Amino acid sequence: MKVRGKIALAACLLTAALTADARAERLIASVSNHRVTITPEYSGDELVLFGSIERDADTPGNRGGYDLVVTVAGPRMTMVTRRKEKKLGIWLNTDSREFINVPSYLAVFANRPINSFASGEVQRRQQLGLTNIILTQRVAGDFADVVPNDPFRVAFVRLRARHGLYREQSNAVTFLTPTLFRAGIPLPPEVPTGTYDIEIKLFSDGAMITRTETAFEIVKVGFEQFVADAARRNGLLYGLVTAMMALTTGWLASVIFRKD
Amino acid sequence: MQIFLPIADIPVNIFLILGMGIAVGFVSGMFGIGGGFLLTPLLIFVGIAPAVAVASVAGHIAASSFSGALSYWRRRAIDPALALVLLIGGMLGTIAGVTLFTLLRSYGQLDLTIALSYVVLLTGVGGGMLWESVGALIRARRGEAPTLRRPGAHNWVHGLPLKLRFKKSKIYLSVFPVVAIGIFIGFVGAILGIGGGFILIPLLIYVLRVPTGTVIGTSMVLTLVTMSFATVLHATTNHLVDAVLALILMVGGVIGAQFGARAGQRISSEQLRLLLGLLILSVGVRFAIELTIRPDELFMVRELEPAP
Repeated sequence: MKVRGKIALAACLLTAALTADARAERLIASVSNHRVTITPEYSGDELVLFGSIERDADTPGNRGGYDLVVTVAGPRMTMVTRRKEKKLGIWLNTDSREFINVPSYLAVFANRPINSFASGEVQRRQQLGLTNIILTQRVAGDFADVVPNDPFRVAFVRLRARHGLYREQSNAVTFLTPTLFRAGIPLPPEVPTGTYDIEIKLFSDGAMITRTETAFEIVKVGFEQFVADAARRNGLLYGLVTAMMALTTGWLASVIFRKD
Repeated sequence: MQIFLPIADIPVNIFLILGMGIAVGFVSGMFGIGGGFLLTPLLIFVGIAPAVAVASVAGHIAASSFSGALSYWRRRAIDPALALVLLIGGMLGTIAGVTLFTLLRSYGQLDLTIALSYVVLLTGVGGGMLWESVGALIRARRGEAPTLRRPGAHNWVHGLPLKLRFKKSKIYLSVFPVVAIGIFIGFVGAILGIGGGFILIPLLIYVLRVPTGTVIGTSMVLTLVTMSFATVLHATTNHLVDAVLALILMVGGVIGAQFGARAGQRISSEQLRLLLGLLILSVGVRFAIELTIRPDELFMVRELEPAP
């Protein structure tokens, strides 16, 4: 295991050295829609990422197959994870951890299991997969990511995954031709609004050759945006309007259903 | 048909929410209560964040109690003086309640407070109501005269100073217990997302000895004002009122309330109290069980408010 890791590291360094001067491959990618709008009818969506691997004269002739890892990260947010414990006979929130500026949406897609083409060392260094992406926690005033099997980290990832907000799929990237690929990016109903960064990393023979980035944004439009903005910016007016709406509804009902 | 709620940030089935509004409206029309203690848990159950549920239900209760209060006003079944004194307390209580709500939310103990208060209030009030109505039903079966209201019987409350004459209710009473009850109702209402009618009505009847003729109408006026006020306060301080959710709920609520009121007129008041007691008690027991059994999921994740 250790020896294999060292070999992979050496191979990786060698490839990095080789590709540094001669950028043999180029990645070109785009999403089907750069602006996803949230309307009252929104209940989840799917974007398609497609791209191609451009080879040039510098590409080594004996290059093996390509592997891709696509990481989609939503707007960053600080979230708190709480754990319940039994105290005095009832279950209540006791311990908690804050996850500082972590992606509110995180999806990792690959064309085959990442383990089958990248060594553990490469996975950690390139932050491939949910277990390797750094999720900073505040632990007693200190900022650090903890071991991947930390109970709070595991619970955090599991709970986000339950809502479709964190996901990892090792068969979501499909090669249409040896150099042309596509991947679906599912967006769950409870999607946070903001800018989503897509990072695509190209691997060959266990080492990263090149990478590229693209992005899309999710915005509330029309009525949804109007209501959300009003609630946040003009809380008092918004509250008064809601209260008036309640009184009008009550009054209308008493007029419509009046018996005499 | 799905609709995306702008503040709760999740899509919900519009007919499910409307149906919940109608069902709770039916119950509230039948018993003359707001029904918040049923609606808030239902909303939490369909996946709406507890804080958003509490804040949005306030609007729904304001609507249904306004429609109720109007019809009681036409029947002259409201005591304006009593309502006004209750309101002074109600406002103070609501301010204190919304403040504590904000504080508890930042400590992560809001859910526990809501659950614990539900257990204490609902099992207490529901159990008491059940006990009292079963007793009344047994006495009625034996052919004894009902002993529910003894107009001559006074308790220590009636010995307090600063007395006021409430003409409509024909009672002569100190303002202190009235204001205190108002504060209490406003306070629990704002924290728990309930109108508090199911606590207020027994308090008015058994502690203040307000006659049954004016008690429901007057209680609705208090609920109406505290809940409208709570809506505005929740919107200003916590930005959690989902107007779309509230609108669907209130439309369902006022429709359901009409049918509930008609159904309620067909059963005797003892049976009505028995039913309401059972309903309140069962919601309380459900919360108690939930607190004591090991939850399936020990962890929860909450997004923190982005820094302004």
